[in-house]
Amino acid sequence: MITGFITFFTIFAVVGAILYGRKLIKREKSDAVFGNPERAKGGIHWVVVGSSFLLLSWLYYSWDIAKSFYPKSANELCQVAKVNESLLSLKYLFPIVERQHKSTAIIKRENINIEDKITLIQNDPNLKNQDKEIFINILRNTKLMIPSLTDERYLQDETQNIINELTIRLKQLTEDFPKDNYPNLSEEEENEINEGLKKQLGWGATGMEVPPLPESKKGLKFHAAAAELNSISDEFFEMRNHNPEYLRQAEAIFNEIKEYMDGLDDGLELDYIKDIKKLVRRIEYASIFPPKTLDELENSIRAFDKVQNNEQGNLRTIDILLFPAGTIVASGPQCSEAGPGRWLPKPSDTFRIFGEMLKPSVGYKMIPMLWYEMMGVNKIVGFILPDWIADIMPGKYPVHNQDGTVDPNFKSKVLDIVTGEFEAFKIPVPTGHIWDSFLRVFLGLSLGIILGVPLGLFMGLNRFAKGFFDPMVELYRPVPPLAWAPLVITVFGIDNVGKVFLLFMVSFSIMIISARAGASGTQLSKIHAAHSLGASRWQIIREVIFPNSLPEILTGIRVAVGMCWGTLVAAEFLAGTTGIGFVENVARKYMQYEVIWITIFVMGMLGLLFDLTIRKIIDKTIPWRGKG
Amino acid sequence: MSNLISQKVNMIFKSLKGEDVHALKDITFSLKKGELLTVLGPSGCGKTTLLNIAAGFLRPTSGSITLGDKEINGPGVERGMVFQQGALFEWLTVNQNVNFGLRMKKEDPIKTAKKVEEWLDIVGLKGFGNTPTYQLSGGMQQRVALARCLINDPDLILMDEPLGALDALTREKMQSLVLKIWKETGKTIILITHSVEEALLLGERVYVMAPRPGRIHKEYKLPFASMGLKGDLRKIKNDKEFVSKREEILSMIWNMEEEIMGKEI
Repeated sequence: MITGFITFFTIFAVVGAILYGRKLIKREKSDAVFGNPERAKGGIHWVVVGSSFLLLSWLYYSWDIAKSFYPKSANELCQVAKVNESLLSLKYLFPIVERQHKSTAIIKRENINIEDKITLIQNDPNLKNQDKEIFINILRNTKLMIPSLTDERYLQDETQNIINELTIRLKQLTEDFPKDNYPNLSEEEENEINEGLKKQLGWGATGMEVPPLPESKKGLKFHAAAAELNSISDEFFEMRNHNPEYLRQAEAIFNEIKEYMDGLDDGLELDYIKDIKKLVRRIEYASIFPPKTLDELENSIRAFDKVQNNEQGNLRTIDILLFPAGTIVASGPQCSEAGPGRWLPKPSDTFRIFGEMLKPSVGYKMIPMLWYEMMGVNKIVGFILPDWIADIMPGKYPVHNQDGTVDPNFKSKVLDIVTGEFEAFKIPVPTGHIWDSFLRVFLGLSLGIILGVPLGLFMGLNRFAKGFFDPMVELYRPVPPLAWAPLVITVFGIDNVGKVFLLFMVSFSIMIISARAGASGTQLSKIHAAHSLGASRWQIIREVIFPNSLPEILTGIRVAVGMCWGTLVAAEFLAGTTGIGFVENVARKYMQYEVIWITIFVMGMLGLLFDLTIRKIIDKTIPWRGKG
Repeated sequence: MSNLISQKVNMIFKSLKGEDVHALKDITFSLKKGELLTVLGPSGCGKTTLLNIAAGFLRPTSGSITLGDKEINGPGVERGMVFQQGALFEWLTVNQNVNFGLRMKKEDPIKTAKKVEEWLDIVGLKGFGNTPTYQLSGGMQQRVALARCLINDPDLILMDEPLGALDALTREKMQSLVLKIWKETGKTIILITHSVEEALLLGERVYVMAPRPGRIHKEYKLPFASMGLKGDLRKIKNDKEFVSKREEILSMIWNMEEEIMGKEI
């Protein structure tokens, strides 16, 4: 419903924007020739077209438009697939799908096989002539056995009756199929289907691609027909054209083989005779019938195929138009989305699941995406203040007295505070996957900036610092951060510390390099000026070199944010129990394509948010950049 | 009396090939307090090196420069410097730039604010106090640099081609400003320029330097600066004596340049 509305709305938006664009061109100044950058200005209407195009592609290729306008189509197509599948084995017997009758093809193939074998035997110098004679004799007899299967005179009435019966059943099905009251289910069967339908989830529900049980009248028809066809084809393939004449010949051949094999040890002769036996068996199991025997059956299959194609009606059109780049029919009776519908989640499903995940009580793997929890201030204080503060306080920790009680003194009270053992009010603290990822990036980045910028400035100004720290930084920096991950995780653990340290490594080197470039790029005249204005060394660093390096430092931060973000997600993939990368990794394991796309979207948005924030900061703090 | 005395200052650089380059040779001169010296010369004659030694950014190979009784061996507040490109701190406003020296001395911000206003008035930038410096024109930036240097009340002001990057009209205005400041404050000023006209107009004394090795080639004492304090600069430029001096110095510098070029070819 909403999808349908959005589809129409976006189509209107595209058409409207294009019309607006054409109108705009007419009003435009004519002096804007090609190549003039002026011509690239504006164009919000094209943004509308671009976004609408994206949205439409998403709706179309995820088969959400099909789902919105024809919600039953997937289920019905699945029933069609069942019929196709059941018909397929029968169709293969006749030149419907293949070029030849199956019997013809088998006879042709086996004749060639026998002739090849004879030639091979005749030319084998390791075989005794006596054996050669026996082998060739058996093969000739095998070849002579084939006419016993193809001769109509030998065909038994019993076999003919089964074929006739199956033909009649097919004809009956063809006749009943288009009727409105087909299938005529018994009450029991009807109840069974209704029970199943009650438990069945809808198309696109979690863990469900296409519901397999028929939901509509049309679907039920195909479902029932598929069952009948299955029964017919099972019965047909159980039947063999083994008439007495064939059995007599076959028995003679098998006896001859057995007689020969009895006196044999392992060796060349045994290999040959086994091959020959296999040839005979192949003919035994093949469904070879006299040329005209199956004609009626073939005609009835063709007739039914025609009828069922007609009955599909507009389903075929829907399949071709609204299920692009794939079809449900291809999956056979599995009823899965064989195409982009599988890995490209439908916008409607995605937003529904996203909304569900955003609920703090649901979240993902018992952890909310972004929420808050109440935390006592005492815990925070205990976490921030180190315990040794209590140790350096004057006095001794209290000892228990004879009453069996302990009197607190000043020192023990300090200890209570620094360990967070006191009553305090609670404040909300953010929590959840998104917050965890954000906090890791923020901490890693902050550490990198706090330590990297001073060191970078120092390295830009001092020969010792540059020489001493350069080897260290240059050795670890070129290594892709993820290559450090196994080591860092081993040393610092899979939880926050390891990841924050990894991100610190990433941002630290970037900040060093950018701060160094900033410091060494300071104009000498500015430093001279500061000197003759009476600035001390420390003042020159703080008042001249640091602000002068700010553009480089902030650009470095912007690069570092991107790098940290990328590294974090990969690190969360490797190990951990929270974070947006963790969510994606779990979703990948369970093939929850919607969740995968949601995480991709969230990461994109967060990355964009980081970048926008830093761009704002850059604009605010270094307005002189590029204007000095 | 804080006279500036330069005694046998020699500056020898090592070139990349290991040769000695004699940038300055036996520079000896003395400057009384309140004198305005302009230094002229072809490029590469060591003008800027001399100024950097006077400012304390460079140490001479031998010899010494003393200001008053103190030998110069490092930068100091008593010697203010104005650079060709202003060298302003673009992250600060005009006020903060002018204030910089006083802030480094940790002076009371309320007192300094008044001083800053006075100096901005003198250099003609009243009302521009809160403007970021990157929004100023070249001439205005140079005015800020002047004010920033003067607010520290230095004994000696060193100017390294301060008007070199300005357009002709602005330049003329700034020349008047330099003279005005010189007259009002009575500071000792050394001004380096490559414009002969500017050297003659502003210099009470003019040194023409010659290259390889850098030395004082000729010395003039001129009246034009004092004339400029009272009269119109443009009139002085058409003065007969002024024109003849200008031609004399110009041909002198031309000869030096030709000599160098000849040597190189």
